[in-house]
Amino acid sequence: MSINSLVCIKQVPDTTQVRIDPETGSLVRKGIPSVANPYDLYALETALSVRDQHGGFITALSMGPPQAEEVLRKALGYGVDRAVLLSDRAFAGADTLATTYALAAAVKKIASGRDAQTGASGIDIIFSGKQSIDGDTGQVGPGMARRLNFSQLTYVCSLIEIDVEARCVEAWRQREDGRELLQAKMPVAVTVTEQCSSIRYAALPDLITAAKKPVEVWSAADLDVDRERLGLRGSPTRVSKIFAPPARKRGETLTAPERSVAEVAALLFDRLAERGLKIGRRGG
Amino acid sequence: MNKGKKETGTAGAAGAAPARFDAIVVGGGPAGLATTFTLARAGVKVACLERGNWSGSKNMMGGVIYSHPTAAVFPEFWREAPLERLVTRRDMWFATTDSTIKASFESTDFGQEPYNSFTVYRARFDKWLAAQAAAAGAWMITETLAEDLLRDGRRVAGVRSGRPQGDLEADVVIIAEGVNPFLTEKAGLASCPPQAPNVALAVKEVLALPTEKIEDRFDLEPGAGAAIEIIGEITGGLPGTGFIYTNRDTISIGVGVLLNSLVDNVTEAYTILDKFKQQPQLRRLIQGASPREYSAHLIPEGGYRCMPQLYGDGVLVAGDAAGMVNPINSEGANLALLSGQMAAETVLACRREGCFDRHALALYQQKLEKSIVIKDLKKYENATPFLASHPQLFGLYPELMAALAREFLTVDSLSKANKEKLLLRLFHSQVPTRRLLKDLYDAWRSLT
Repeated sequence: MSINSLVCIKQVPDTTQVRIDPETGSLVRKGIPSVANPYDLYALETALSVRDQHGGFITALSMGPPQAEEVLRKALGYGVDRAVLLSDRAFAGADTLATTYALAAAVKKIASGRDAQTGASGIDIIFSGKQSIDGDTGQVGPGMARRLNFSQLTYVCSLIEIDVEARCVEAWRQREDGRELLQAKMPVAVTVTEQCSSIRYAALPDLITAAKKPVEVWSAADLDVDRERLGLRGSPTRVSKIFAPPARKRGETLTAPERSVAEVAALLFDRLAERGLKIGRRGG
Repeated sequence: MNKGKKETGTAGAAGAAPARFDAIVVGGGPAGLATTFTLARAGVKVACLERGNWSGSKNMMGGVIYSHPTAAVFPEFWREAPLERLVTRRDMWFATTDSTIKASFESTDFGQEPYNSFTVYRARFDKWLAAQAAAAGAWMITETLAEDLLRDGRRVAGVRSGRPQGDLEADVVIIAEGVNPFLTEKAGLASCPPQAPNVALAVKEVLALPTEKIEDRFDLEPGAGAAIEIIGEITGGLPGTGFIYTNRDTISIGVGVLLNSLVDNVTEAYTILDKFKQQPQLRRLIQGASPREYSAHLIPEGGYRCMPQLYGDGVLVAGDAAGMVNPINSEGANLALLSGQMAAETVLACRREGCFDRHALALYQQKLEKSIVIKDLKKYENATPFLASHPQLFGLYPELMAALAREFLTVDSLSKANKEKLLLRLFHSQVPTRRLLKDLYDAWRSLT
């Protein structure tokens, strides 16, 4: 038995090169190259690894302007079996509520179809990054899970095992204060962190196949959706203010050249003690 | 599940990938894309390997492309290709640090179809060329470096990329890898090492300026462009030239100098560019512009003497990899396009015979010999050594021209007759007649 998965990939501005307009507080996107959201590439690799182990069929899904096809081309280069782009003015300006509505409708359509090559149908796992680097909300993965009635595993830092018979996924989830070991029933939506995997070096035959593989582009008319719930019209979120967060104060740096290592250690010990950390002095 | 797994070499959905191609093109620049496009349009199963993220991503050229050779490969490209400005004016400036003599040619004829030249950003233009090749049916494979050649006895039988399952076989390989000809060397075809004094270094900045400002400052009709070449002390007196090209809302400004002159003078190209930009004649053109990009690239200027063997068993070399640059007229992309097209035509002819050995592929050399590619390279085969050994062309002569012009135009107490005498004396004091004759003779020998 194999696992069919779907990977959500968003095209985002390369935020390492982005500037913030000091007047409006919004991103200056002009001339900034677009890239695949890096967290989504961790999701893609996780899906590829699952397919390596269990077989199955991977569909990559994205929503965006026509040029977002580039990230799906990239996904095809890594060997995904099918790529679907939702692109229509009707989808534009969507917040996470309207985005998950459109994406979930696309997943339903993909899951109901039967692939001509493999005969596979249904989606067992939806993989996505924990968040996008432009919006940073982290809501789309869980939102899709809710709309599709999938169970969900967020912030997965390591996928341990998939029990195909029991239709159960076991994974480590990253928390601020540690990790938790979780199990979830398939179908499941998994969002991954950067610890989960790193993207492979694609094999040449996959790139050759991808060069001729079409990216399917779907408009709103291709989906069973209520147009009122799409795009800007379907988005109750209103941005009231955009501002740059205050710069974080730099931490104190204790450096060795002016002081001896022993002095630095003693100073560090005092600083920690001031903050109420109880540390036992050990050794000499 | 493997954490942080990096290797994994198995292709997932490789079922439909052709195991073998009719032709493989290494490099997605103008030479490689001309070959790829021409072959694909003729129905040949061709793959083009490009190491950059996309064709053009590794290119720094923001300059002039010529319409005639480009249209020979990509007919009426100007209707759709991303172009910056239609060049209607070409300037040559002789500039010292304080004076400039400008020779300018402007023609409305340049503004008529089929046009003469355009300024382009190659990063965008090459991407468009690649899209044409893909639409014609070629397999465009990016982010893939061809590291070695596959051999079948003496014959080149394909390429090896660094990717998992990265070998690709073909009847013929066209090497269009650019200025660093690693595969050409591996194929045993190279003749000169790609190093000083056979290469020039070009450094360039792209500066953003509003469209109206560009058109005002350069005195241009809307959408029209200027290409300016500058010789003289302004480039530090080294064998090389400065250039300015107007784009839609940016200008490209830079200098290109022979690499060994930089080494000999212990100076860096960016220092020369910085000084160049500080000159008052240029400063007012770029005032208030904000820098967008800085880049540098090598240009093969070894010319005809440094050309590699252009064909071997199962292999052809085109474009910069083959040293096809005319340094006198700053042409390279056009020669690359034409050579790429001729490589494709050769492959098509050889396919009809079913033979790709070096005797069959020698047709490529014959085609090039008959074209401007080798004719022009032969004509200027002594140009680079001549320029390198006559730095006075870049220092003394422009300086002298400026001094004579200044004296001629200065009105003072000298009578015109005495002025003429003074000018002649000034000239002879700087350039004795014998030296002038020798320089003219050398120039005539080297450039005609």
